[in-house]
Amino acid sequence: MRILVIEDDVEAAAYMVKGLRESGYIVDHAGDGKEGLVHAMSGVYDALIVDRMLPQVDGLSIIQAIRAAGNKTPALILSALSAVDDRVRGLKAGGDDYLTKPYAFSELLARLEVLMRRAGGDSSVVTKLRLADLEMDLLARTVIRGGQKLDLQPREFMLLEYLLRNSGHVVTRTMLLEHVWDYHFDPQTNVIDVHISRLRQKIDKNFPKPLLHTIRGAGYSLRVPD
Amino acid sequence: MQSLTALMKHWTVRILALYMVLFAVSVVALLGFVYGVTIGLIERQISSAITAEIASLSDGYRDQGLKGLIQQIEERISADRVGGGIYLLADPDRNPVAGNLARWPNDAEWDGRWATFRLTAEGEEEPSPDAQQARAFHFYLNEGYHLLVGRSMRERESFEALILQALFWALFAAGGLAIVGGVVMGREMRRRLEGINQTTRRIMGGDLQQRVPLTGSGDELDRLAGNLNDMLGQIDRLVVAGREVTDNIAHDLRSPLTRLKTKLEVTLMTQEDTATLRDTMETAIDDTDNILKTFNAILSIAQAEAGAGRREMSDLDLDELAKDVCELYEAVAEDKQIRLTFVRVTHPLPVHGNRHLLFQALANLVDNAIKYTPPGGRVDVTAEIDQGCASLTVSDSGPGIPEDERDHVLRRFVRLEQSRSTPGNGLGLSLVVAVAGLHNGRLTLGDAMPGLKIVLTMPLREEAAVQAA
Repeated sequence: MRILVIEDDVEAAAYMVKGLRESGYIVDHAGDGKEGLVHAMSGVYDALIVDRMLPQVDGLSIIQAIRAAGNKTPALILSALSAVDDRVRGLKAGGDDYLTKPYAFSELLARLEVLMRRAGGDSSVVTKLRLADLEMDLLARTVIRGGQKLDLQPREFMLLEYLLRNSGHVVTRTMLLEHVWDYHFDPQTNVIDVHISRLRQKIDKNFPKPLLHTIRGAGYSLRVPD
Repeated sequence: MQSLTALMKHWTVRILALYMVLFAVSVVALLGFVYGVTIGLIERQISSAITAEIASLSDGYRDQGLKGLIQQIEERISADRVGGGIYLLADPDRNPVAGNLARWPNDAEWDGRWATFRLTAEGEEEPSPDAQQARAFHFYLNEGYHLLVGRSMRERESFEALILQALFWALFAAGGLAIVGGVVMGREMRRRLEGINQTTRRIMGGDLQQRVPLTGSGDELDRLAGNLNDMLGQIDRLVVAGREVTDNIAHDLRSPLTRLKTKLEVTLMTQEDTATLRDTMETAIDDTDNILKTFNAILSIAQAEAGAGRREMSDLDLDELAKDVCELYEAVAEDKQIRLTFVRVTHPLPVHGNRHLLFQALANLVDNAIKYTPPGGRVDVTAEIDQGCASLTVSDSGPGIPEDERDHVLRRFVRLEQSRSTPGNGLGLSLVVAVAGLHNGRLTLGDAMPGLKIVLTMPLREEAAVQAA
């Protein structure tokens, strides 16, 4: 997987590049908008991480330019502008996700993985999601594990659906709030944790192999344990 | 000339000059009208008096001849006590025969048989230029004699003088009043404007506490001063708020940052094993997460207060939003053995707002309520229309907030002494206040007996408000 980081803050970029390489990606770095645009246009990347404010050509213009050229590489926008309308503007320009500085690296990594998986995944309509012996029927709205029907609340169903769709990847609390509850907000206490633990009660409690894991300092991941 | 231009720069002087001109014009117009009407009347009276006299004299002449006429003229002169009558009987060469004119007025202006001339005083050859004017009718007698019967215009002249005098005094009085009024009004106006100017100068000098003095009269200047004071109050609050933000950022971010730095330094110095290092780093990450959280909360408050998020407003149902919040927190409440109940009194509850910020605000309220309510207690969230406003009430069965501390807790970073041990940054309620302000709403703290009752009210969406009314 090859990623292009367009970021003018050299030190921040160096850490990001290092972190991404450690996570197993091949990373290129462009220090200004012009260089970034040239690299991005080449179309050899699986994902772009674009800082919004850049010298010469700003981040949104880069994304608009490559989208106009028919390039669909998923792009994650990094910005110091945190208002909701800044975010909306970023997504309208063709960005696929928007992350406000300062952010946790784990958040960046989780979002990036989800972006690339979404871009790589086939677009055919899925009616069933499956992980090990856990199976979700999206039409019948039923969940079965080990042949046993699980009784989930509507919100728990949505939570599990999002985790299943991103199984194997880390999803952060913010991502869950955005996608399952559809609100951008910052909970004072970890309300999400309580919902996760309830879901865990239902899907993992009576089964030998737990599927829902807490990833310290990052979020949660639904996966088959090694 | 320059001093006049300078003088005209004063607003009061301009107003007064205009007032004076208007007054003078109206005085002149009024007196002119009275003059015109009265003069016309006087002239008609004189003319008809003369005509009547001529008629009677000519009757006398026809009956008694020249002699009778002379006698009649003399009778009339002696009977004329006012002395306004003018009679002259002249021979064909226009030499006086009888009457009270010394000679025939050769310099008279003629208008048909009407003559206007000046009377010659006794003992003078020529009439002096300021002599009385007279008006007379010229009548031809059969024997070639001339009869001149007229009236002195003294009455008319004295009336003219009266009008002129009135005009003079009126203008004089107007001028005097204008100057006196101008000085008084100008001084008063200058005093009050100077009060405003002084205050603004002192404020520009950095003293934002200054306020414009009010006279209490409630006039325009007082209202202006009142508005200025309100504006200054608002500016002052913003400046203080801004200063508080910096102070609080310094305070609330410096201590955890220092703690973090010390923790990392100490760990580095003691060179512990990898597992301990890992552990320290993980807690360090948790610390930075909390710092980021505080930082974001401060930013959100500042943005909400600056009106950011207003562009992101949409039409939404506040009760739906409240339901979502309750659903999100239900599990947390249940874990703490608190009964969280959502009471939907009014549905829908249409408002215009920023759904993310409103969600955050209500979530903060519910979060606080759950946090401060002991296990076994209850938290009620009510959505209703109250006095034409959308209202969300969060009441709990916790310890509540003493009445005298309620204003205090709405401010930033304030945490009551007894809550120091619970996690939180003291910014939750401030954000709610800021969000309420952004939506032209407000936050009131009350007593749920026992416990705290917080009410967030904001205007209903316009068309809904119209329907409700």
